[in-house]
Amino acid sequence: MNIIITLAYLLSSILFILGLKNLSSPKTARLGNLFAMSAMLIAIIATLLKNEIVDFTLIIIGLLTGSIIGAIMARKVRMTAMPQMVALFNGLGGGASAFVALAEYYRLTGGTGLNVIISMVISLFIGAVTLTGSLVAFGKLQGIIRPAPVVFKAQRTLNILIFTLFLVMGVFVTINPANHTGVLAILTIALVFGILFVIPIGGADMPVVISLLNSCSGVAAAATGFVLDNNILIICGALVGASGLILTRIMCKAMNRSLANIFFGEVGGSQSEETGEEGKRKVIKYTEEDAAMVLDSAQSVIIIPGYGLAVAQAQFALNELAKMLLNKGITVRYAIHPVAGRMPGHMNVLLADANVPYDHLLDLGDINDDFQYTDVALVVGANDVINPAARVDKDSPLYGMPILNADKAKTVIICKRSLSPGFSGVDNELFYNKNTMMIFGDAKDSINKLIKSLKV
Amino acid sequence: MIDPLLVSVYVFVLAIFVGFETITKVPPLLHTPLMSGTNAISGITLVGALISAGAGHYGLSTILGLLAVIIATINVVGGFLVTDRMLEMFKKSKKKD
Repeated sequence: MNIIITLAYLLSSILFILGLKNLSSPKTARLGNLFAMSAMLIAIIATLLKNEIVDFTLIIIGLLTGSIIGAIMARKVRMTAMPQMVALFNGLGGGASAFVALAEYYRLTGGTGLNVIISMVISLFIGAVTLTGSLVAFGKLQGIIRPAPVVFKAQRTLNILIFTLFLVMGVFVTINPANHTGVLAILTIALVFGILFVIPIGGADMPVVISLLNSCSGVAAAATGFVLDNNILIICGALVGASGLILTRIMCKAMNRSLANIFFGEVGGSQSEETGEEGKRKVIKYTEEDAAMVLDSAQSVIIIPGYGLAVAQAQFALNELAKMLLNKGITVRYAIHPVAGRMPGHMNVLLADANVPYDHLLDLGDINDDFQYTDVALVVGANDVINPAARVDKDSPLYGMPILNADKAKTVIICKRSLSPGFSGVDNELFYNKNTMMIFGDAKDSINKLIKSLKV
Repeated sequence: MIDPLLVSVYVFVLAIFVGFETITKVPPLLHTPLMSGTNAISGITLVGALISAGAGHYGLSTILGLLAVIIATINVVGGFLVTDRMLEMFKKSKKKD
């Protein structure tokens, strides 16, 4: 029987890897997800065949409860709420790993090897950090917790102190594996550390945090795999850990910031929300009719969506506008910055939800050279990702961040709620340019007015 | 006979490399589904939870196991279904929309 289970795990691993491989193209991605689903199913069935399992009552109760809740959540969630959904699921995965490690600890109570205890400590710590960290991220994205970064003096010192405490307790438990208090102390430390680790992070840095927590949930699963000496957990954990790490690196690069800078840095700390320099410099306000005229006479348009699009739920209106322009024979494409929105790929999902075909969605690298040949760059709810200061101003916190060259287009139309600076707290030079048309108001209203004006 | 721990370390390291190679090829277009999909995969910890919940010890470890089964199942089922829902939306442009 054991051989069959081991082989089933191997088959499952292969299917997981093939599933991820198929995610590399939108044509095969759905099939890939199906592969991963069947891989999971095989792994579960194989596990149920193990003769360690003697009682199925709780298992059936657990599987049914979890499936029903999970299915309802997946069906009910709105596409705009996807970032917090992913954060929540992440936390559950991490939490489950921590619980399994703890359960295994109570089952063995001390009578086990050094490597198992060490893996258990790691799994418990990372899993619990993932749990509370993700819950804080969820709260911030959902608006339950104030999304602004919470920064206080000696934050870094406190974090280092807590982490040191964990290391001390980790060594202590390794030496005295039978000490339950030590294990519970580690759990508590980890839960607190997870909260402290995410509260200083502001909204626009969320893509990095979510990616990192994604990676952590994988590492926690792998560590649990070492506790149970189970290869399927180790393989899947490693795959997810690597995936999260790659995404984290891409997000950091897209902001030209290091991970340390995001967690301990100053950017976003300045909470000057309404410091638009309206008094000092004049921004010319245009109406939707003015903008519609410019759009009408354009030959090519590039749309730049940002988080504001998601907030205003304007994706459907935007697609309607784009379709109108397309019907007039105007080329319309979308330029997607890697950190636009609150999670990697957020804008793509949002626009796909509004039926925008994916071949119209282009990455920064693929479209940036086209702005100079473009008549209109239409910016909807984005700010920092088009701030030219990133290119020239060495003192700007945005300096060095790759930006979309919206300013190179003949005309830039910016739909924005107010003049307030973006997340970085930096003013945007582009708003004052001669070729920029600012339209103030809710993105959805503005786009609907644009549509109306174009119809006339 | 090699130490089983060492074999696990081998498997872990090689799987990381496979992960890096496969996932680097995923385009930014699909980063959200990648994230929610891998998220569901990390719910593999369910396998461990099943053992804890079903080992018949009836104590704290079983309760923790049951709790782990529930939340890991939410993670797995919810994660895969939501990924499928997202991927279903990605369509190429037709000639005339």
